[in-house]
Amino acid sequence: MSARSARRHTFAGTTAIAGIGATEFSKDSGRSELRLATEAVAAALDDAGLTAADVDGMVTFSADTNPEIEVARTLGIGDLTFFSRIHYGGGAACATVHQAAMAVATGVADVVVCYRAFNERSGHRFGTGVQGRPPVPNAENASFAWYAPEGLLTPASWVAMFAQRYLHATGATSEDFGRVAVADRAHAATNPRAWFYEKPITLEDHQASRWIVEPLHLLDCCQESDGGQALIVTSLERARDLAQAPAVINAAAQGAGAQQDMMTSYYRDDMTHLPEMGVVARQLWETSGLAPADIQGAILYDHFTPFVLYQLEELGFCQWGEAKEFVRDGNLLMGGLLPTNTHGGQLGEAYIHGTNGIAEGVRQVRTTAVNQISGLEHIVVTAGTGVPTSGLILGVDR
Amino acid sequence: MSAAEPATEVDDEKFLARLKAFEGRTVGAPTEGPDAVNQAMIRHWVEAMGDENPVYVDEQAARANGFPGIIAPPTMLQAWIMRGYKATAELAEARAEGRRAVGASPADDLMHVLDEGGFTSVVATNCEQEYRRSVVLGDRLSVSSSIESVSTEKQTGLGIGHFITTVLAFTDAAGEPVATMRFRILKFRPGTGKSTAALSGPPTAGSEEPRPLRPRPALTHDNAFFFDGARQQKLLVQRCASCGILRHPPRPACAVCRSFEWDTLEASGRGTVYSYVVVHHPQVAAFDYPLPVAVVELEEGTRLVADLVGIEPDAVEIGMPVVVTFVAVDDELTLPMFGPAPA
Ligand SMILES: [Zn+2]
Repeated sequence: MSARSARRHTFAGTTAIAGIGATEFSKDSGRSELRLATEAVAAALDDAGLTAADVDGMVTFSADTNPEIEVARTLGIGDLTFFSRIHYGGGAACATVHQAAMAVATGVADVVVCYRAFNERSGHRFGTGVQGRPPVPNAENASFAWYAPEGLLTPASWVAMFAQRYLHATGATSEDFGRVAVADRAHAATNPRAWFYEKPITLEDHQASRWIVEPLHLLDCCQESDGGQALIVTSLERARDLAQAPAVINAAAQGAGAQQDMMTSYYRDDMTHLPEMGVVARQLWETSGLAPADIQGAILYDHFTPFVLYQLEELGFCQWGEAKEFVRDGNLLMGGLLPTNTHGGQLGEAYIHGTNGIAEGVRQVRTTAVNQISGLEHIVVTAGTGVPTSGLILGVDR
Repeated sequence: MSAAEPATEVDDEKFLARLKAFEGRTVGAPTEGPDAVNQAMIRHWVEAMGDENPVYVDEQAARANGFPGIIAPPTMLQAWIMRGYKATAELAEARAEGRRAVGASPADDLMHVLDEGGFTSVVATNCEQEYRRSVVLGDRLSVSSSIESVSTEKQTGLGIGHFITTVLAFTDAAGEPVATMRFRILKFRPGTGKSTAALSGPPTAGSEEPRPLRPRPALTHDNAFFFDGARQQKLLVQRCASCGILRHPPRPACAVCRSFEWDTLEASGRGTVYSYVVVHHPQVAAFDYPLPVAVVELEEGTRLVADLVGIEPDAVEIGMPVVVTFVAVDDELTLPMFGPAPA
């Protein structure tokens, strides 16, 4: 570790999420990805009480198919002084807000739109894996040479390899993974926007669901969804004059760890940590001045349940190997120590690459969530796990 | 199945016998080329080829290089005896009408038989030439051709077909040998290639369909050694040539000492299961399911992902000893896999 002095991020506490907007979440949107992106951005601007003319920055995922200028042209957004893309799939989710906040704090832009939209279910599905990937000999494709010929073709298969080792090392069981799914689905059951609205599951349902890749059951895996989500980032000062109560960006960070791979970091000393989330966590605590005890809720990226346990440990909500007890005690549920994925998560609400979770963080701060955590001051939100990732602490404006 | 294709094994044998009957057949008298070896044709050739060697156009340069005078480019050999446009057109017309052309050679007749058998596509595969002496201006070359061999039916990347090797013997006006050319072509059935069947491997058990191949590794300068090694039944681990540290997956440089120099260590093939999964879904036709795949920790210390073979998925355990075995999953890809270590 470097011997640098305590980190300070100039955007921490001085920027805010001022607007959120989304399309409906479905399995077949019936419209173009560009239209989904445009609808989401328009809704977020309306929510904030801003117009297209106010926007001068845009950020999305490098995985997104909707270029900034396409969305800008469609909506009548004019001059842009900041535009950026972030790589590594769902790991980009909170990093869009991170980059937007940096742009605002440095004066590069005033109002930055973050967005992500796709027809991930009706169009190209990630869950079908990389079998069709042509092996153009570059470093990114070559990294699949160690997995695809062997039959590890999907994100589920890559994550399952971690999960097996985690079970072995910590004494957690498949049921502990299941408790994450049960909590997500309990929250989704009372969220009308969720795909699994009014469809809770039991631990028995989880255990009885078919194998996808052992040790992962079907109900350990997030759904695939169509939809779009947008967020508006501006200065806290400006946000205070807008339509909604600001969700203060108390901290935002990106992280990649040593010996980082894309979901296949199997060569580190052990496979029961997510060092990249540790890099994010240290920055979040250090730059916000907060500690896990100051957090009343969490949106933890849940494409696959096992990594929720890892994250509880990396973020410091419990010690290594103790996440199993943490979930057994019901702490992820409403009324628990850390109500988590209160919108239903990506297992229950929708898989919009983590961006819908950021919107839920904003609703919790605004006290407009369907499953509202009472007395919430701060909430942690994380992005894709097993990949270079990102995270946020959002808080109430005081 | 079209009527032109052999319908049974007996028919296959008869067809092959017809082809084999062409082996060793030759045209009677050598056929003389239409023109003497001349500067005009040579100049057109070298200009088209972009060949600036002066020995083909400059008498002095040719002599300076030890030739008796201007010589013809060796690759031009066949050009001196080509039968010309009219004869070629007549042959094509005769082929189209299903009759034997005037002046058809045994090679032409063989082509006709293969066309009838449905092997209508043709591609030149290789050509070897052997010169007794250089071809010089004024030479009058004659050629006699014979069919050296006709192969049995082969599955190739382009399609199912027969390789035909023809030998052309070139002689000069005095009847002295000048050169021989061995020319191999593949006559194949269009649409039966591995490329059109999405690179097919052995059929899936109980299925008529050729099984799609496993995904290919993207090969780079950094990783190709591993797959080359596997084909030679070697499990290779990249090793820093400066500090000796082993690394997998391979990288172009050492993260410890920053050396770009590396060699490989042949691993013993013994290791233990560090973690594993059993893949059930989605099922891709190239693989058999349930598919156990492990992160294997080699006794040398590095880890790699490999399929497990000879172990029931339910019997896999973290920590179990395993040994490498090399499995040729198809013609071009061999992978190290791991099975139970002998007790
Ligand atoms: Zn070294």
